[in-house]
Amino acid sequence: MAFGKPDLGSIVPKGTEFDPALVNKMMGKFGHGGFLDMEYVGHGADWVELAIDWREDLVADPDTGILASAVIISLMDNATSMSIWTKLGEFRPQVTMDLRIDYLRPSPSGERVYGRGICYHLTNSIGFVRGFAHNGNADEPLAHASGTFIRIGDRIS
Amino acid sequence: MTDTPYPLPPYAQALDMTIVDEIDGVPVIGMPFADRVQGRPGYLHGGAISGLLEIAAITAVHRALQAKGSDSAIKQVNVTVDFMRGGLNQMTYAVGEVTRLGRTMANVEARAWQDDRDKPIAMGYMHYLIKAKREDAA
Repeated sequence: MAFGKPDLGSIVPKGTEFDPALVNKMMGKFGHGGFLDMEYVGHGADWVELAIDWREDLVADPDTGILASAVIISLMDNATSMSIWTKLGEFRPQVTMDLRIDYLRPSPSGERVYGRGICYHLTNSIGFVRGFAHNGNADEPLAHASGTFIRIGDRIS
Repeated sequence: MTDTPYPLPPYAQALDMTIVDEIDGVPVIGMPFADRVQGRPGYLHGGAISGLLEIAAITAVHRALQAKGSDSAIKQVNVTVDFMRGGLNQMTYAVGEVTRLGRTMANVEARAWQDDRDKPIAMGYMHYLIKAKREDAA
């Protein structure tokens, strides 16, 4: 296994209640999630909120200090992905099929960015998600996200 | 247009992205596989692939603006990413194509691939607002 990252499927065996805080200790601390240092903030029945601290090396435009768009994508990707398992109550292997982000405003330099992922519908094979990013006040979103995840066979992961 | 490549932003440098080639005058961005771009074990994270697409798109827009003699700044409005194949433990490439460059906005398509450009691992579709230089706007 590359880079010794544990397999999510083995950490969260089938039939085990899904715990986003626990799972983020892996998804947010290894690999790309670890590079971004994603932190678990909270969750409800069908949502998970994560956060990333502003960092100079995550900036797309050094003149303004605005975070790279893809930092928000990664945040929303992880938060929405985990919202599916949270709603489902257990882990199932899946991959992102598509993800759309609308940037309402830039995330200001130095500001922590929060991403809330919501699973609004689940079928046997597809998880439909939406979500938004903000800087600490959920009533003032900076981006909106929507996307779909497709379930994959246990054989892949 | 100058010979100096548009400097890649800190985010791109942090993920070890470099300009590796040119296709029709548009830079091809390369990103090596590493733990910091990995999602599920052995595969690229969708966000890292999106990051590569973003850098390719931005680079393409800047090149297109330069070619028009414009030094306008750009602001991303939105992006849709389609993930088509898992990104494996190898080099990934991306190039952006400005499908329309107007006075107020640019439509861009970016394609990421590994072995075969005709088998993209992901495509990004972006809209950018073209902004007058800050000095002009003041």
